[in-house]
Amino acid sequence: MKIKIFPIFFIIIFLIIFLILYKGLENPNVYAPKVDPEKNIPVFTAKIFSTNNKINSEKIFTGDKFYLMNIWASWCAPCRKEHAYLMNLSKQKNIEIIGLNYKDKYENAKNFLSKSNNPYSFIFLDKDGTIAIEWGAYGVPESFLIYKNKIIKKIIGPLDENLLLEIKKIIQ
Amino acid sequence: MKFFKFLIIIFIILNINYLNAQSDNLSNKITKNLRCLICQGQSIYDSDSEFANSLKILVNEKLNEGLNEKQIYNYLKDKYGDWILYDPGFSKNTYFLWLFPILMFLLGGAIVLKLFIFKKN
Repeated sequence: MKIKIFPIFFIIIFLIIFLILYKGLENPNVYAPKVDPEKNIPVFTAKIFSTNNKINSEKIFTGDKFYLMNIWASWCAPCRKEHAYLMNLSKQKNIEIIGLNYKDKYENAKNFLSKSNNPYSFIFLDKDGTIAIEWGAYGVPESFLIYKNKIIKKIIGPLDENLLLEIKKIIQ
Repeated sequence: MKFFKFLIIIFIILNINYLNAQSDNLSNKITKNLRCLICQGQSIYDSDSEFANSLKILVNEKLNEGLNEKQIYNYLKDKYGDWILYDPGFSKNTYFLWLFPILMFLLGGAIVLKLFIFKKN
């Protein structure tokens, strides 16, 4: 009886480890933690891009329409890529694009917008990146689709053709 | 006399440790327990990425606002999930993580008992 315990024990341990590792193979190796998608948007006070005065976010996210909160910076290459899609989206009637200028120099950001048009109806300033953290963001670019003060979709990385179509479908 | 010298040396060593512990403040302790999410394998304390630097500023801000360690962890857990903590609390998602080693230890102990202690009887 005592001879059989060790082999059985090792087989069980081996099987458990094998199962855990085998299950792990199916997971994507880029880990994005699950966060409750239907979350209320954070309330924060931030500087306004053009005037440097402070404003409370509750004054911006009002009304019954969709908002796209877009975190961007002039130094970020993927932001330049998604710019055309943001311009396209800004022409839609029932959505307003709000920008969060992330760790940027004012002159560079201003030049970027004047060269390639401004899709944003309002821009917050985030000099040290702490407001992006309030939103649970990882970096730039990142976008949040908002309806009635709730985040209904979070997009990590730049917008593309498919995401643009998806957003248009949601807001119709 | 030798004994007194020995005592003094011990006293100095303990004091040096105490000084080191003082400089290792709460903000460092918290950032060492936070995972840098965009540079996996590093803590916020170790990393110099944009994300980590912002988080260090935020932790200091929250400490100044009067939040304690646990409140800051809860605040960040709410934004980024359990994954941001290196030392996650005991919850329905983490019970296996905490209990599995204990279970293994008990199982191993039982086998050792059976093989070596009860064998003698």
